[in-house]
Amino acid sequence: MPDKCKDSSSNLLKLKLVLIKKKKDLKRKIKNFTINFGPQHPAAHGVLRLILELKGEVIERADPHIGLLHRGTEKLIEYKTYNQALPYFDRLDYVSMMSQEHTYCLSIEKLLNCKVPRRAQYIRVLFAEITRILNHTLSIGCHALDVGAMTPFFWLFEEREKLMEFYERVSGARMHAAYFRPGGVAIDIPIGLLNDIYIFCKQFKLRLIEMEEMLTENRIWKQRLVDIGIVNSKEAYEWGFSGVMLRGSGINWDLRKSQPYEIYNELNFDIPVGINGDCFDRYLIRVYEMMESLKIIEQCINNMPLGLVKSNDNKITPPSKNELKNSMESLIHHFKIYTQGYTIPKNEVYLSTEAPKGEFGVYLISDGTNRPYRCKIKAPGFSHLQSLNDMSKGHLIADVVTIIGTQDIVFGEVDR
Amino acid sequence: MVKILIKENLKELIKICPIEKIKFLNDSLTIVVKVNILYDILLFLKYHTSYQFEILTCISGVDYPNNKYRFKIVYELLSIRYNVRIKVETYVHELLSIESCTNLFKVANWYECEIWDMFGIFFNNHPNLKRILTDYGFEGYPLRKDFPLNGYVEMRYNEIEKKVVNESIELCQEYREFSFLSPWKN
Repeated sequence: MPDKCKDSSSNLLKLKLVLIKKKKDLKRKIKNFTINFGPQHPAAHGVLRLILELKGEVIERADPHIGLLHRGTEKLIEYKTYNQALPYFDRLDYVSMMSQEHTYCLSIEKLLNCKVPRRAQYIRVLFAEITRILNHTLSIGCHALDVGAMTPFFWLFEEREKLMEFYERVSGARMHAAYFRPGGVAIDIPIGLLNDIYIFCKQFKLRLIEMEEMLTENRIWKQRLVDIGIVNSKEAYEWGFSGVMLRGSGINWDLRKSQPYEIYNELNFDIPVGINGDCFDRYLIRVYEMMESLKIIEQCINNMPLGLVKSNDNKITPPSKNELKNSMESLIHHFKIYTQGYTIPKNEVYLSTEAPKGEFGVYLISDGTNRPYRCKIKAPGFSHLQSLNDMSKGHLIADVVTIIGTQDIVFGEVDR
Repeated sequence: MVKILIKENLKELIKICPIEKIKFLNDSLTIVVKVNILYDILLFLKYHTSYQFEILTCISGVDYPNNKYRFKIVYELLSIRYNVRIKVETYVHELLSIESCTNLFKVANWYECEIWDMFGIFFNNHPNLKRILTDYGFEGYPLRKDFPLNGYVEMRYNEIEKKVVNESIELCQEYREFSFLSPWKN
């Protein structure tokens, strides 16, 4: 009997406990709010699907889903000859086209051990810097637009259009130029182009000052950017940052200075470095980088040497039209280059350059045939976007847009 | 200069540590290690005062279908302190897994996902190993050499079912692969 009594009393206790638990459960029923940001949100800079977990208006977790623009570039390159693979690089980061061709060309030149004429190097650096301005104008313009300032966007896109005209005059295409080739550049620059670039530089300085008047001291702009998305130098290392993102955190690192390629070691320019590592610092760095790019462009124009624009090694670069019409040998070379291409002996190289967004690297493995065995593309945006969760934790939902803007994400290169 | 110093240091290291090979090619420094000591080597290179390879630039995989250890994985490290790059290579068997280094470098997270996605190499102790670049529910490992260029499935919008459907691929013409390599040596 006492046993039964015990049983019933314990049962009662259990019932009570269950009731209490249920009450507690009722209290806990509130869940964090989860929303889908993108893939078609205009502030997502393309096709970013971001799953945000919100507590009120504060971000608890941000989970980027990428791959919506995956085109299998690396696989495609394995099936193309070295020259045919070049235009794919324009289409990776489609706002800084020539910088990426540059990396690819340099890596092939390294594998082939081929010398590039001085004039070609100057032209390449000139256009690499034009590309940097092209990228930063879009980056700042779109960033401002996302945050709510519309005017700088229009002003800067006017300038972008002029720069793309230079692209067009030199290669025939506004964006996907395929102008840099292994061994030099495709064709010489037209007469009068350098003059026009110089005129552009002179007036672009004024445009930059105008834009800075709109933004740098602007109260709203500062409220939205200062102390948002702070990354300290240790975190920047951890996340493998490069380019502006790394310099924003106070690390003086620019591949143009530290591991110079082409003629960068002969040029005179400075590297702006941030202090606080917030979005505002990174914005300022972009502005100052454009000023430095103008300096480089001016030096390139002033010192542009005369001479060949591509290496005279007939096995790598195609002959000129004139030679083609006059010599049988050139005709054979021309035919061989555009059908078989050139073969590169078994070797491998990792080469990286300072693209506007950060370190853009190409890891190229050749196996003695006319096609790359493997071409791994290291895109700066890939490692930047990864840190979005850490950078946006604890911020408001509107700040996510600012952080995506400051990371300067372009999906062509993230998804490849 | 520093590069040569680091190379000399590593040569000393090879006596106590089972590094298989040190390559000094195209002025880039490469060390080849066994899979089981890879994590320790990375840890060592990251924290040792005279190396300080604190940035992991990228991890890439390469497929060599004829090798016994089929996949090569290359870790690209950068030391900002000494301005040196180093490659750490390792070879993995198709059926074996590899230790994740996400604890060391946070950036490794997505790169390892990418290698899992593209080559199907499994990483132990990875916090969230998922398909990252390919579609949700994709099958196969596209960057393996035995995966055809045009893949196995194609997508289209089905008007009747009102949704996007996956179907096995249908081509009017096979993908033509031209081999322009001449039989004569040039």
